[in-house]
Amino acid sequence: MGYPNQPHQRETPVLSRYFGDAEARSLEGWRKRGGYKALEKALGMAPADIVNVVKESGLRGRGGAGFPTGIKWSFMKPGDGKPHYLCCNADESEPGTFKDRELMRWTPHALVEGCAIGAYAIGAETAYVYIRGEFTEPLYWMEQAVKEAYAAGILGKNAMGTGKRIDVHVHKGAGAYICGEETALMNSLEGRRGNPRIKPPFPAVSGVFGMPTTINNVETLIAAAPILMNGADWYKKMSLSNPKSTGTKLFSVCGNVQRPGTYEVVMGFPFKEFLYDLCGGPPHGRKFKAVIPGGASVPIQTLEEAEATLMDYEGFVAQGSMLGSGGVIVIDDGQSMVSVIARIARFFAHESCAQCTQCREGTAWTTKIMERIRDGQGTIEDLDTLLDIAEQMTGKTICVLSDSCAVPVVSGIQKFRNEFEALIQGRRFHPVIAAVA
Amino acid sequence: MTPDLVGGLESPDYASHDRAAHDPYVPVFTGDVKRQLDELLARYPTKMATLLPALWIVQRERGWVSEEGMVEVADLLELTPAYVKGVVTFYTMYHQHPVGKYFIQVCTTSPCGICGAEDVVKAFLRHTNTGELGVTSPDGRFTVIEVECLGACGFATPVMVNEEFIESVTPEKVPDLLARLA
Amino acid sequence: MAETKMVNLTIEGRAVSVPDGTTILEAAKTVGVLIPHYCYHPGLPVAGVCRMCLVEVEKAPKLAPSCATTVVEGQVVHVYSDKSLDARKGVLEMLLINHPLDCPICDQSGECELQDYTYQEGREDSRYREPKRFNPAEDFGGDVIYVPNRCILCTRCVRFMDDVAHDSMLNVSERGDRALIGKFEGKDLTHPWASNVVDLCPVGALLSKDFLNKARAWELDRTASICPNCTQGCNVIMETRENQLVRMRPRPNENVNAFFMCDWGRLNYRWMNEKNRVEQPMVGRARALAATTWEIAITAAARALNGKKVFVAASPMLSNEALFLLTQIMEGGSGAFRVTEGDEAPLPGVKDLALRRERAANVYGAEALGFNKTRDLLAGLKQGDVLLVAGEDLEGIDAAVIARASEVIVISSVLPEVASKASVVLPIANFSEEEGTVTNLRGRVQRFTQAKQAPGDTRPSWLVLGDLLGAMGKQSNFFLPSEVFASLASSNKAFAGLSYDSIGFKGLPLANAPATGTNAPIAVGAA
Repeated sequence: MGYPNQPHQRETPVLSRYFGDAEARSLEGWRKRGGYKALEKALGMAPADIVNVVKESGLRGRGGAGFPTGIKWSFMKPGDGKPHYLCCNADESEPGTFKDRELMRWTPHALVEGCAIGAYAIGAETAYVYIRGEFTEPLYWMEQAVKEAYAAGILGKNAMGTGKRIDVHVHKGAGAYICGEETALMNSLEGRRGNPRIKPPFPAVSGVFGMPTTINNVETLIAAAPILMNGADWYKKMSLSNPKSTGTKLFSVCGNVQRPGTYEVVMGFPFKEFLYDLCGGPPHGRKFKAVIPGGASVPIQTLEEAEATLMDYEGFVAQGSMLGSGGVIVIDDGQSMVSVIARIARFFAHESCAQCTQCREGTAWTTKIMERIRDGQGTIEDLDTLLDIAEQMTGKTICVLSDSCAVPVVSGIQKFRNEFEALIQGRRFHPVIAAVA
Repeated sequence: MTPDLVGGLESPDYASHDRAAHDPYVPVFTGDVKRQLDELLARYPTKMATLLPALWIVQRERGWVSEEGMVEVADLLELTPAYVKGVVTFYTMYHQHPVGKYFIQVCTTSPCGICGAEDVVKAFLRHTNTGELGVTSPDGRFTVIEVECLGACGFATPVMVNEEFIESVTPEKVPDLLARLA
Repeated sequence: MAETKMVNLTIEGRAVSVPDGTTILEAAKTVGVLIPHYCYHPGLPVAGVCRMCLVEVEKAPKLAPSCATTVVEGQVVHVYSDKSLDARKGVLEMLLINHPLDCPICDQSGECELQDYTYQEGREDSRYREPKRFNPAEDFGGDVIYVPNRCILCTRCVRFMDDVAHDSMLNVSERGDRALIGKFEGKDLTHPWASNVVDLCPVGALLSKDFLNKARAWELDRTASICPNCTQGCNVIMETRENQLVRMRPRPNENVNAFFMCDWGRLNYRWMNEKNRVEQPMVGRARALAATTWEIAITAAARALNGKKVFVAASPMLSNEALFLLTQIMEGGSGAFRVTEGDEAPLPGVKDLALRRERAANVYGAEALGFNKTRDLLAGLKQGDVLLVAGEDLEGIDAAVIARASEVIVISSVLPEVASKASVVLPIANFSEEEGTVTNLRGRVQRFTQAKQAPGDTRPSWLVLGDLLGAMGKQSNFFLPSEVFASLASSNKAFAGLSYDSIGFKGLPLANAPATGTNAPIAVGAA
């Protein structure tokens, strides 16, 4: 069982090892658990060597896109005479995802350490940790950790006595899902509306404040420390699907499941076993119907697809979806898929930044049609219209928020068309009655 | 205890909104608060980058971000009030109107929705006497809104009361929770 | 300057060669392909948000926003492929789902890019069955009204205020489909260049109060001209309806005004519609003026001028042609002019563009032609001189000073008070009613053409002055203003080498004009 309970024996707790261990939150506690040894080691290495170790480890971005971290770091050209910046994306807002929240509230120093290592590796003196405003508790712990780290000389103009300058600042968001998109995050950090930027230029060329910038997810940065301490091989070999997807991955599980929580398993772990053994299966008397495995913006999996999935970047794609952010939303047979999708669409309509036409208008239009169908006022033509709008919303905008809204609609209509048709034909949705235990 | 610069757990002064809404505007950024802003300014290469933190400070001090507050921030950061307003209206956490002493946000996005969040909302509306989303109760104590994903989906249904994050709220727990606030 | 690398590509089957760094949208223009777009404007930083200009680039995984995609060697671009057309059709449908479709009562109708592209590429019907979003219209202050229901959120107006006017008075407020253009309560759109947002708005969301409900776009006659209201010489289109000037809008000229003009110049057109006109030539008889024929009036004026020392009080609104002919008439005498002044109001985002202090079209032309700029207009008028008043209203001039003149001849569009003392009055067309050239403050000679008909027997100034010159026995044989200009160019070194043909509608600098100033290319919103 993942946090909030004791780890399941099939878990591999590397990053989540100290979840629930309140002592690990303090600098003293963190040091007792081996904290800041990796940073000490890193500061004794050449930045390029750190990048190479991370490259070698096969670590890929844990925020959703899965871009190889070492390669991303290598885009930052040393000696270009410009200030470099590291941004830690702690704007975790993808529905179903809450792993970074746990990482920050239990092991804030792990993230301070990860940021410091990352900043040093990319030649940055400043790292900003952009935490969504709703995360009051992670914000609090992160701020305490940063204060302690400064007081102890870990951060500052003479980081760990090496003469190198490393600043880490916590920046509080203010309620906008889209700020988890890296270029929107940079705009928000600069004090602008969180509008995604057109790429190119890419952040490594012109990022925050117009300077070369790397943006990494919380989990990615935290993973750098154990990789440096234990070596790339150690990290790779933990995975069942080495070399494509390496290491461990945090999955946050929610929805209709016995034991929701945050689980850490090795890449390639069988999803069926994960759902039934680790997470305890469906609520009493119910059956699983569908799974959204990587946050609300990835395609919905049927139960058959989910049960056949191996949990890594390629495994989810092979079964009609994506690993995404690792936010697993489990839906049981008591739920109407139309309602679920309508609610997801409403989320994206609420969060669209309003820049691109297809997104601004399309997310709202999709929501209106979906809710009409949900309320029994739909027509069969609406389904074609929905698919057509979804097509217009896919691959045509600055960022992928618009695509994200289209994805559950398309996969929902494809895989659960019978539920849409039933509502349209005037049959109200009747949840399967739970069997009496 | 001096408040944290970034702001974690301590609540905005929502109770002060009555005073703030009617009396002549008193600048936020004086004395210690101004020093906090100066400290924040040192963290970024541009003044504009402190806009979100500065607005947070206004909300902490006054319970909401009034137009006068926007003008004050604009002047300090060499921005225009229209620009600041564009930013304020983008982010949902800045209150553009005074809210109740206890600002209650209930997550109703899909993962919580399928775990019964709607019923939690109904329970709050009933027990706070607000009756309607976004409306402040007659005694000025409560405002209840639905909020998009709070990022604690495994702890359905998460509820934020001011800056306090409460996990795993069910309709049954609502009366006790409210009683605790009294 | 380093030689720019050229990039070769194919757009809609046409070979294109453009400098490296050019966008596909601009490259397409060079071969006559206009890629539909809304948010892109050459005078503003690229936003890339309307997604209307999506085109298919061979071998690219996704459609490319042509406004934000630079050309690559060997690229093959399809603007009208099924994929691109489908994407644009999708955008058009989305832009219209919340649009009120109130074209019959919309000022923009007929010159609306949403209308045009929808007819060109859009769907015949809408599949939208839901309630439409509604927001009330808002007075933005200045001359601008905002109708949010028609707004497509292209943000051109916001970018103009941010990046060109450097005064962020407008914003995008809210987000998602609730978004709209906003301003701050109590802060009106009073920037002296703010009305450009009305021109920039591709739809009927930002409207001019001055033009509101005045005319339908298709009823207007449009004429290329120059704004006569200050020495900047912004290139404009004068728009008339039933022989009334109803609107002036900027005409792009990268050497003078980029794409813009100021509010003061734009709204100050009513004087050209003035009703208080002299419509017939007149001669003084028995202490009163009486209408007569052109022949009699010209002869009378010539007789009065011939052999006399002439002092010309000219208006700096007169064309180079008229002023040149005046110098011929006053040969041996002298001329002066005065100019109304106001505060200078620059447009900071464009180099050397401002509403200028001196509020007349041809101050520099008048100086170049030897007229003396003065505050005391008639200081040079000697006792016994013939006073020739050309376009000057003589407002505020002491009658006693005028009395120094042995005779007063008035050549003007409206009757100044002093006309009662004139022996001859010759009615001429005003700025909007004739053709000619003016010289702006950087020495740029620019042509303006006739936007409306002059009333009654009124004649163009160059024709009247040419006839007068002839009647005085001097060489004069002008049938066209271009001939007057040719004569000027052959006799004045500064104008040497210029002709109407070479000046065209973008203007050319005088031979002695400074090489800097407006004559350098304008970089708008350059990073």
